[in-house]
Amino acid sequence: MSDASCMAKKVFMLSEIVKVEHLKKYFPVQKSFLEQLFTRELSYVKAVDDVAFSIRSGEIFTLAGESGCGKTTTGRVIVKLLEPTSGKIYFNGADITKLKGEKLRLLRRKMQIIFQDPYASLNPRMKIIDAVGHPLEIHGLAKGEEKKKKVLEVLEKVGLTPPEQFINLYPHQLSGGQRQRVALARSIILKPEFMVADEPVSMIDVSLRSSIIDLMLSFRKELGLTYLFITHDLAVAKYISDKIAIMYLGKIVEMGHKEPLFWNPMHPYTQALLSAIPVPNPERERKRIELAGEVPSAIDIPTGCRFHPRCPYRTDKCSKEEPQLIEVEKGHFVACHLMK
Amino acid sequence: MTSLTKKGPSGWIVILGTIIVSALVIMTAIAPWIAPHDPAKTRVGPIREPPSPQFPMGTTHLGQDMLSRILCGGSIMLQVSTLSVLVCFLIGVPLGLFSSYVGGVFDRACSLVIDAVYAFPGLVIAIAISAMLGRGVVNMALSIAVVYIPSYFRVVRSQVLSIKELTYVEAARGIGAKWYTILFRYVFPNVIPSIVVVATINFADAILTAAGLTFIGLGVEIHIPDWGRDLTSGWQYLSSGAWWIIAFPGIMIILLALGFTLIGEGLSELLNPKLQR
Repeated sequence: MSDASCMAKKVFMLSEIVKVEHLKKYFPVQKSFLEQLFTRELSYVKAVDDVAFSIRSGEIFTLAGESGCGKTTTGRVIVKLLEPTSGKIYFNGADITKLKGEKLRLLRRKMQIIFQDPYASLNPRMKIIDAVGHPLEIHGLAKGEEKKKKVLEVLEKVGLTPPEQFINLYPHQLSGGQRQRVALARSIILKPEFMVADEPVSMIDVSLRSSIIDLMLSFRKELGLTYLFITHDLAVAKYISDKIAIMYLGKIVEMGHKEPLFWNPMHPYTQALLSAIPVPNPERERKRIELAGEVPSAIDIPTGCRFHPRCPYRTDKCSKEEPQLIEVEKGHFVACHLMK
Repeated sequence: MTSLTKKGPSGWIVILGTIIVSALVIMTAIAPWIAPHDPAKTRVGPIREPPSPQFPMGTTHLGQDMLSRILCGGSIMLQVSTLSVLVCFLIGVPLGLFSSYVGGVFDRACSLVIDAVYAFPGLVIAIAISAMLGRGVVNMALSIAVVYIPSYFRVVRSQVLSIKELTYVEAARGIGAKWYTILFRYVFPNVIPSIVVVATINFADAILTAAGLTFIGLGVEIHIPDWGRDLTSGWQYLSSGAWWIIAFPGIMIILLALGFTLIGEGLSELLNPKLQR
């Protein structure tokens, strides 16, 4: 191999900030005492079942899907708040799957998570200055006056102005939107490279959503942040993402860049989801694909294609053989038997 | 204070309890200066004299002034209960915190031992331990502490079990906090309200247990004035009509226990928003 191609490959590798391979996360199901006596085998909730994707530096990668499809679990496993059952996670090319202790703490400076519920993600007994400045103290970066200065700076950045008015308040004195800004401030104060945003706007007043999303987009430029954005709201996904992966029952069913995925959805599930997005024009006629039934339980996953019980186009093959994620167009992956 | 009165009846209950308790504490503190007689001195008046202008609460079977004994008699009880609450707090709370946060075998072992203690009737253990250790304020406090450590442990443990699953604890892990930082800055401050409630109710229980121990003769030396002591020596004379020897100490014990119970009940309603309408 020539030096040039070697270099090219290395550059390509480096630009991949996060990569997961065959990621699985199963939660054992608690059984009652009697059941434990009579059955040996454990049953599992297969929250994430063999997922693979990679996120390039500076990109906004969205995981979308109905609730219970495993998107949140995927995010938490990637930032190492949950241990994966199997599979590999790479961060900047290094395997972080088994990272523990001090090395994991150092890694946390570079990857952060922001949670869905701003009412639960802040310690009710910590003032804003301590909540936002705590990451600095934990990593020994700043204390006292210096901490205060940095906290003021970052509060200003997230739009809590004037910041002096906020630092001595407790979370219960703030509104939901303000709390989410505080949570955002806490996660960017360490200047991370990568952030998992777990439905950051779904619990916020609709009128404030776009301002918080715009704030997050501005950090992408300013701090060079890469996002893994988790949402069930396809309108939000359409607004912010570069790449989207649609998940169903712990698996990615379709993945690709935003435009091809929205203009030409290929998986029946994606088509159904997209047809459910409300259109602001009442004159425009649209075909709604309605899915039959409910999402099956993640404990008893259907055989073959896990979407087949609800799929309008199912064939015999669908209930027997599990479709693989294949590249249908360049950069557009679909897991469906109809594609062959 | 003003903010307490705005919170409805439970605020008033807390205030009432605080007034009772602080009145009794102040009374006991200044008793040596305001008592008309030496409470331990015998034969300051006639034996078993009913309440009269000279002896407003009567005299004991040894001719001691009852009023002076009531004023001074709370000291032992307050010392014992404060000390036992302190010991309970210092052992029960850290044990509950660690046990439930660490989990696993350590948690199971702790819970088993604590539940075993909890299963016994409290007074029986206190009597047994007190009988082994002998008399004295510290020994009484220790034997009472053993009885009430389980209530701290259980409350703290169940609180930590729910708090450690909350998002802000997960967020603390996400920013790279070490386990003890999470425990002391994120979990512990949120358990404190429940501990305060347990501690005040524990105060009331400790007072009653202390009275019980003194009543059966496991208290302090005979010459020290003590409400529980007076109950012991006085009940035999009830049949001869000397009601004042046990009535006044009994009322004082009830008042003190009532004061702490009011504070505890009021606080638990104030601090637990789910109980509020």
